[in-house]
Amino acid sequence: MENMNIYITGVGGQGIGMLSEILVRSVSYAGYKFKAVDTHGLAQRGGTVVSQLRIGTEVFSPLIESGDADLVISMERHEALRAMNSMLKNGGTIVWYDTSWQPLPVRTGTDKEVQAEEIANEAKSRNIKNLRVYIEDLPDARMQNITLLANILKNKVIPGLELDHCEKAMKELMSEKVFVKNIEMLSK
Amino acid sequence: MINYGEMLLKNESFSEIVIGNTAIVRAMIESGVRVVTSYPGSPTPEIAVAIATIPHELRPFYFEFSTNEKVATEVAYGASVNGHLSCVFFKSVGLNVAADTFVQLGHMNLTGGMVVVLGDDPGAHSSQNEQDNRHIAKLSYTPVLEPSSPKEVYEYFKAAAALSVEKKMPVILRLTTHTCHQKELVDFAGWEPQPFDKTPRFDRLNGPYIPITSAVFPMKRRALARLKDVAADKQIKKLNTFINNKNRTGIITAGTTFLSVMDVLKDSDKLPDILKLALVYPLQMDEIVDFLNSHDEVKILEELDDIIEKEIKSIAYERNLKCRITGKTDPEDFIGEYTPDKVRQILSRDFPQMVKSSDFVIIGKTAPIRPPQMCPGCGHRSAFYAIKKALKETDIKVGDIGCHTLGFLPPYNMVELLMSMGASTGIASGMALFNNSRKVVCFLGDSTFFHAGAAGIVNAIFNKHNITLILMENGTTAMTGHQEHPATGRNFDEITDRIPVRQMLEGMGVAKIFEVDTYHQKKLTEAVAEAVNYEGFSVVIAKHPCMLKFTKAQKRKGSDSGKQVLIDQQKCDRIQECIKNFACPTFNKNGDGSITVNKDLCIGDGSCIQTCPATAIKY
Repeated sequence: MENMNIYITGVGGQGIGMLSEILVRSVSYAGYKFKAVDTHGLAQRGGTVVSQLRIGTEVFSPLIESGDADLVISMERHEALRAMNSMLKNGGTIVWYDTSWQPLPVRTGTDKEVQAEEIANEAKSRNIKNLRVYIEDLPDARMQNITLLANILKNKVIPGLELDHCEKAMKELMSEKVFVKNIEMLSK
Repeated sequence: MINYGEMLLKNESFSEIVIGNTAIVRAMIESGVRVVTSYPGSPTPEIAVAIATIPHELRPFYFEFSTNEKVATEVAYGASVNGHLSCVFFKSVGLNVAADTFVQLGHMNLTGGMVVVLGDDPGAHSSQNEQDNRHIAKLSYTPVLEPSSPKEVYEYFKAAAALSVEKKMPVILRLTTHTCHQKELVDFAGWEPQPFDKTPRFDRLNGPYIPITSAVFPMKRRALARLKDVAADKQIKKLNTFINNKNRTGIITAGTTFLSVMDVLKDSDKLPDILKLALVYPLQMDEIVDFLNSHDEVKILEELDDIIEKEIKSIAYERNLKCRITGKTDPEDFIGEYTPDKVRQILSRDFPQMVKSSDFVIIGKTAPIRPPQMCPGCGHRSAFYAIKKALKETDIKVGDIGCHTLGFLPPYNMVELLMSMGASTGIASGMALFNNSRKVVCFLGDSTFFHAGAAGIVNAIFNKHNITLILMENGTTAMTGHQEHPATGRNFDEITDRIPVRQMLEGMGVAKIFEVDTYHQKKLTEAVAEAVNYEGFSVVIAKHPCMLKFTKAQKRKGSDSGKQVLIDQQKCDRIQECIKNFACPTFNKNGDGSITVNKDLCIGDGSCIQTCPATAIKY
């Protein structure tokens, strides 16, 4: 693999920062060079939050050009559609957690809630590999990010990324207690 | 878990994945900075987050969050003329607040040295404008170094500090949002702690430090002479990057624009030569003139304003150079961040042979917009919901900077004007003049009250303005990440005497003060109704602790009750008050018109229960 542009998104408060930091450190352990950037500030208050991770030997800016993402990871359904249609290449991959944090226009009734089928249909029409993740009995919503990571590992979405890379990264970022819970989920 | 505090104090060299805002702290330590001050503002507050990882007693420098950027600049200046290398950091528009003091710094003999770290915000990601602070740097004769990545943030800070110490002048390190938050693997050098000479070394003979008329010209002369020195400085020149592709076309650029240029040119078969400037003010003209002389055409690619372009064109004119120099050709070239997308747009327009335009078009449905909003349980939501009931649609609502700014969004529409930190009371006062028909209400957060709000309040009392100020007191500086402020009883490191907002107001002589917890919505509506009918200046303190901070602390302690509200579907009459007017993001509207509670979001605060006319919301 020469280059891979990964666009990670969700809603402020979902824990995208942790997911992106785990990925950054994991790909570094997997031997990749990279550039990355997170959203900070106001958007973290319930707005769309984005992290970008660019892997490759010749990467300068951490920002991905529109339509140039190879992989979109979304922690929320509306954001999955938004990122797929603004950032993802035809033939790319989307891994997303199927929870709905309704945006304001949906709640106030001026716009419609995005449905999982719409994402599936649009993905199909653009030859995008659509990996929907949803776990009925997830003990803690804060672990949704780890279920996405588990899916990425299982489907070998990022070539060369292995469980032990993620384990090392998570050890660096989590307290022992949180780590144990999350690594158990990841190794399932 | 990584211990960032230990990492930042390591004696041996090391490599670590960090953002620019963390890398800079190691540079401060290696440079021997002794005093650091700031006021929180995006994109820079994570510098303080990194500083906080170093225990107070081990920190090789003093740090404080000052009341505002001007005070922060003054504290850092005072330390510098006492012989200590100092640093102040704040966001782009913070420089406007600091300006009265900042513009004098270049005239002074800063015996200890002083680095001013600016977090500019091209793209206005979290600011009220995208002002180009290089203008203010010019105004004050202060050199500006502009890094493009965390590695360069680290490297350039050390260069800025060394230059400042050597020339005894202020030096700006101009960061932008995406240098602050960019992440990469950085190699850090070793560090030997140096003995700290705490002697106050201020000596007026190092001055003059009093800029009265007779001193102003000599001080200005010295400032200009130093700038000339800097423009010829060989160490600084080494920071420039020249990429030789043996082309007669060249690009001059700086900062993160360089990164975008490099990415966009990657698949080009005709790569231009590139000169990336580290020092963006003053320009080191010798190298630039050489570059112009060895090219037929040079494009100046700079984010925001055409500052480098103007200077380069003027030297080319003066020296009668043959090179064709192009810069900005369209008003759009002055607007927005120079992301790879933007740079592709510009280069494909100006050099279609060199760069292909993007063929990407958005297809398919776009998702509903998602503006940021107040968190579940936010006291401001209850406040706006209740205050709205006390006001007429035609009444004028002036907002200020902070989380409560989000009250401008529907369904509240409770902020109709916004300017800058602390501006609401003054603006409201102006709008109350000759005005007998529309009540004027203004909002202000508690941290902003201390930052720049008090002067407007004193003015309203002094000049008897007929307005109502609603002080949205949430007990923290919420929007920038929960920093302490003078009324919280803690400073950055320790417990300190509280300066209660109410006592301040009473001390100033506000005759009419109401104080209501915003969760008591009915009481708040009544208080505001009474306050706006009061002839003169009245204040309503609408208080409730920041619930994001509160629930995070509870979760950390393990004392979170885990309770959440639910909607009794039997009782629900589908009036939709909770969604349409209270609008907590916790409520989901389902396809069949029913409303349910999003379990990922509800914090169980219960502030919504009182809003349901059908009493269908319950625990």
